Amino acid sequence: MAFLDKHKIIEKNATLLMVLSLLVVTVGGVVEIAPLFWIENTIENVKGMRPYTPLELAGRNIYIREGCYVCHSQMIRPMRDEVERYGHYSLAAESQYDHPFQWGSKRTGPDLARVGGRYSDEWHVDHLTDPQSVVPESIMPKYAFLADRMIDGRYIEDVMRTNVAVGVPYSDEDLENAVADFRAQADPDSDSDGLQARYGAESRWQSPPVNVRNFDGRPGISEMDALIAYLQMLGTLVDFSTFIPDASR
Amino acid sequence: MARKPTEEKNIPTTGHEWDGIKEYDNPMPRWWVWVFYATIIWGIGYTIAYPAWPISKSGATPGLLHWSTRGDVAAEIQKFTDMNADLNAKLASADLTALDDDAALKNYAVQYGRATFATFCSQCHGSGAAGAKGYPNLLDNDWLWGGDIETIRTTVTHGIRSAADEETRIGDMPAWGDMLEEEELANVIEYVVSLAGGEHDAAMAEAGKEVFADNCAACHGDDATGDRDLGAPNLTDAIWLYGGDRDSITETIKGGRAGVMPNWNAKLSASQIAAVTAYVHQLGGGE
Repeated sequence: MAFLDKHKIIEKNATLLMVLSLLVVTVGGVVEIAPLFWIENTIENVKGMRPYTPLELAGRNIYIREGCYVCHSQMIRPMRDEVERYGHYSLAAESQYDHPFQWGSKRTGPDLARVGGRYSDEWHVDHLTDPQSVVPESIMPKYAFLADRMIDGRYIEDVMRTNVAVGVPYSDEDLENAVADFRAQADPDSDSDGLQARYGAESRWQSPPVNVRNFDGRPGISEMDALIAYLQMLGTLVDFSTFIPDASR
Repeated sequence: MARKPTEEKNIPTTGHEWDGIKEYDNPMPRWWVWVFYATIIWGIGYTIAYPAWPISKSGATPGLLHWSTRGDVAAEIQKFTDMNADLNAKLASADLTALDDDAALKNYAVQYGRATFATFCSQCHGSGAAGAKGYPNLLDNDWLWGGDIETIRTTVTHGIRSAADEETRIGDMPAWGDMLEEEELANVIEYVVSLAGGEHDAAMAEAGKEVFADNCAACHGDDATGDRDLGAPNLTDAIWLYGGDRDSITETIKGGRAGVMPNWNAKLSASQIAAVTAYVHQLGGGE
């Protein structure tokens, strides 16, 4: 056992011990994580998934800024009770453009992964302004101030570029039109053909048409508009009537 | 006196010695060793039975049991779907107007509808279906679009002003603030306040009656009792969706109203819609 006798060298050399320990621990990580990078079905390909539009992305930033994730998860787990309450269980692909993702299972409030289209815009305005006015038993705080904070999208292109840096496939065209698309989505009277061509049914993503509305019902683009635009598209991109789950997952 | 068991018991040491401290070289307890080997064998068996080895690009080995999270939940859902399949099929195709003749089916529909309502409808209409400002009370006899059971089913199915459904109910209460003169507005507001017995200026209300006849009667009717085909509310019954005080009525007339109800055919099954319809119909206001 001449080889095993050499461990005296390691035991008497703290730096060497640390380096070798790290190598041993790394093996576990490599075995568990590395295959995810070459297995093709790590994120299955689903039709309809697209990056967020500029307005939705701004809304998402507000969602994160206000800490909505502290109470609301966006991950419907594959369990019967969750599927019956919230809709089809979430797919990995549905959060592939999320940086950071909003997964979780601690639900002080309900899961929001498929809240899109479930309530009207007016309901979201009423509910964000004063949650107890529509859901008396709710413990959610009021977010009425969002309606008074106007935004103009001046930084949205930078936000999109940051997302590009971490792998979100916005094209140069998407970036050039960021501010125009940002404004168009909140104005039903605007020319939103460009926005639809980049993110809607005819786009490279073949997603459902982008919601173009005055989300908060007031003039101008407020943080309320952006947040509701984001909430109203959550979980609506994949058409589950045509989606066939890969049973091996 | 310090004991030196190593020497006394003659147990072999590893041969290491640090400052006089030596390390025993006892064998591991036999039970521990066997459990350790058993876990290795179990682990190998587990990776054969369940999905494990990422050997190809298309995914991991499926395992002999062909177990998957998705299969698991699909089977669980299927179990309950099968359990209620007969009732749900019957409910989805049932003539709801004759539901009272089938007590068992009605009981099922109402219970299923109650759960469905709590999950999907209570956020707007309230846990007790009493509604809120802008969200109709479903307990009373006042219906915007009609309260017979098939009409309720149509409303639940297609929603109201729901952009995602072409068959959705459409009614348009425009913003009159831009279309009428200030004086006309003031008069017609006074008239609408008077309709349900509010305190009003009689002369202005009388003048407003004409404005009403010219602009509002087309939907709300000459006698202001509304038109269910258009979702135009009855203005004479003192039941107000957006408030009946002068300020609220002013806001409604000047700014218009366009409440939205989602089309639930996109999220609920036909039997769920029938169930929630039956539940809402028996709440008290069903016609």
